[in-house]
Amino acid sequence: MKKVVYGLLILLAVIHQDVWWWDNGELVFGFMPLGLFYHSLYSCMAAAVWAMAVKWAWPGDIEQWAESGDEAGGEQ
Amino acid sequence: MSSITPLIALGQAAEPVSRTPLVIIGIYMCVLFGLGWISSRLFRGSSKDFFVASHSIGPFMLLMSVFGTTMTAFALVGSTGKAFSMGIGVYGLMASSSGLIHAACFFLVGIRMWSFGKKYGYVTQIQFFRDRFESKKLGYLLFPILAGLIIPYLLVGLIGAGTYIGGVTRGMFPGTFDAGAVPGWLTGLVICGVVLFYVFSGGVRSAVWANTFQTIVFMIMGLVGFIVIAKGIGGLAEASELARQHAPEKLVREGLMTPAHFMSYMLVPLSVGMFPHLFQHWLTAKSAKAFRLTVIAHPLCIMIVWVPCILIGIWGAGLYAEGSLIVPKLPNGAPNANTVLSMMVNKFMVDPVLIGLFSAGVLAAIMSSLDSQFVCVGSMFTNDFIVPMFGEKRFSDRQKVWLGRGFIVFIVVITYVISIFKPMSVFNLGIWCFSGFSALFPIAFAAVYWKRVTTAGVFASVIATAVTWVLFIHDSLGRAAGEQWFGVKEHGEYLIAGVMPVAFICLASVVALVGVSLATKPPTGETIDKFFPAKG
Repeated sequence: MKKVVYGLLILLAVIHQDVWWWDNGELVFGFMPLGLFYHSLYSCMAAAVWAMAVKWAWPGDIEQWAESGDEAGGEQ
Repeated sequence: MSSITPLIALGQAAEPVSRTPLVIIGIYMCVLFGLGWISSRLFRGSSKDFFVASHSIGPFMLLMSVFGTTMTAFALVGSTGKAFSMGIGVYGLMASSSGLIHAACFFLVGIRMWSFGKKYGYVTQIQFFRDRFESKKLGYLLFPILAGLIIPYLLVGLIGAGTYIGGVTRGMFPGTFDAGAVPGWLTGLVICGVVLFYVFSGGVRSAVWANTFQTIVFMIMGLVGFIVIAKGIGGLAEASELARQHAPEKLVREGLMTPAHFMSYMLVPLSVGMFPHLFQHWLTAKSAKAFRLTVIAHPLCIMIVWVPCILIGIWGAGLYAEGSLIVPKLPNGAPNANTVLSMMVNKFMVDPVLIGLFSAGVLAAIMSSLDSQFVCVGSMFTNDFIVPMFGEKRFSDRQKVWLGRGFIVFIVVITYVISIFKPMSVFNLGIWCFSGFSALFPIAFAAVYWKRVTTAGVFASVIATAVTWVLFIHDSLGRAAGEQWFGVKEHGEYLIAGVMPVAFICLASVVALVGVSLATKPPTGETIDKFFPAKG
């Protein structure tokens, strides 16, 4: 599932370049220019894919390691 | 269409200009003072509490503070102005791409940085880099560069606030100020004073509290303002139809940007992975789980704020082309895009109370970034310059907090003075600032994912970034139009070979980082073990 999530993220990066309606000024719902409507939907899709990432690709090992006890051993 | 003109005329005829909006803004500032005072009661007095709120912030406040910090004048004043000039494509340039890239930075880099901060007690980004790259000197190189890059970011806020308030208060003080408007220097002075007060009261904890409150305010008021402006023009459909008739080019991207230009903008949001003030916000998280809400909701929050701004921008372009919206001119005769939002508010918000509330929302967006940046420069000065220079035990915890505060005032004064003398496009200034941070992002990414990266590679990358950034910014801003060495200016943007300069600055940074790292001695096993713990 983790690979599917990363695949979807790459797909999102690709479909951000929506050259196919570069010069289409049609108004969706009578007020929203098509390019703006598409990218608003894109924002919703991004949120959905990130929700999947949180569910299936969460770095639980790092979280566990960090919370296993403070060391404060940095050169500060 | 026929119903639009009388409404516009009604908006223009609102004389004499009421000062109620300023009273509302004044009340809002008092609320912030109160919030600063309350959060100061919770301040534990330690430097850890001042700089990272003792790692105590939960998911909702983390989302609000991180989102509020990334949204400044750039998002409200800048995006509206840029959409006025370049149309709807501006949303794709910065907003939708940020939904993907910002969240990626939080998910892929932020959580790991938080884990190192939690485990090893880091307070600033530079402390982490010094340890990770086994070099104290790296801190001395990074400190002035990061602090220097924050100054244009602060300027974005101060110039944006000054321009907006100047526009919205036009005619309020005839005979006292030029055009009867509150001057930018006064607006800057007030907001710096308020932010300094609550930041000094409780450090990053105050900033987080204030950010949460201010983010809620600007999101709600942004939506209310959008609805009122749309109604004032005659409705959503009427407003967009007007833009389609008089400025149809703003509804598409053809002629205003090319696909290559559009694609190169995707590198700009990488800057959040390297913002030192965001690093500090990440460290305030109570647990890694607190990041979950931020990662998922950040793209939606951006959409809620940016879509209305873009629509107001293109509606403004339609009205301006039709001749019914007056936009103050720049010395070169072009309309001052920074003032579009305030001009639209002045024209279509009739109720002075509403103007005041909306204006408080705009200032909230600006101040919610300024506070984090203020705390951050103070933290960096104390922890990355003074302590390494004079030793950990030279200063008491209380003295460290005061040293941080002193440096904050120093930087604020410098920024304030520059903001008075050097006004420019808020959006473009923001882009230059973000480009510098974006080009440093490969260092942050390599720090948590690439064991082979070396100290020399990081030095080379920082230097390559600094040199190319200064070179391009000089070429763009320091030379007369048409006499650029590398790029050309198109639609107010400086492009090199058709793409944003950030592409070349990032390329220089990555080539230097990878090339020099591979040619130099790998880091010690001890460092690798420390930052790449075995799984399981």
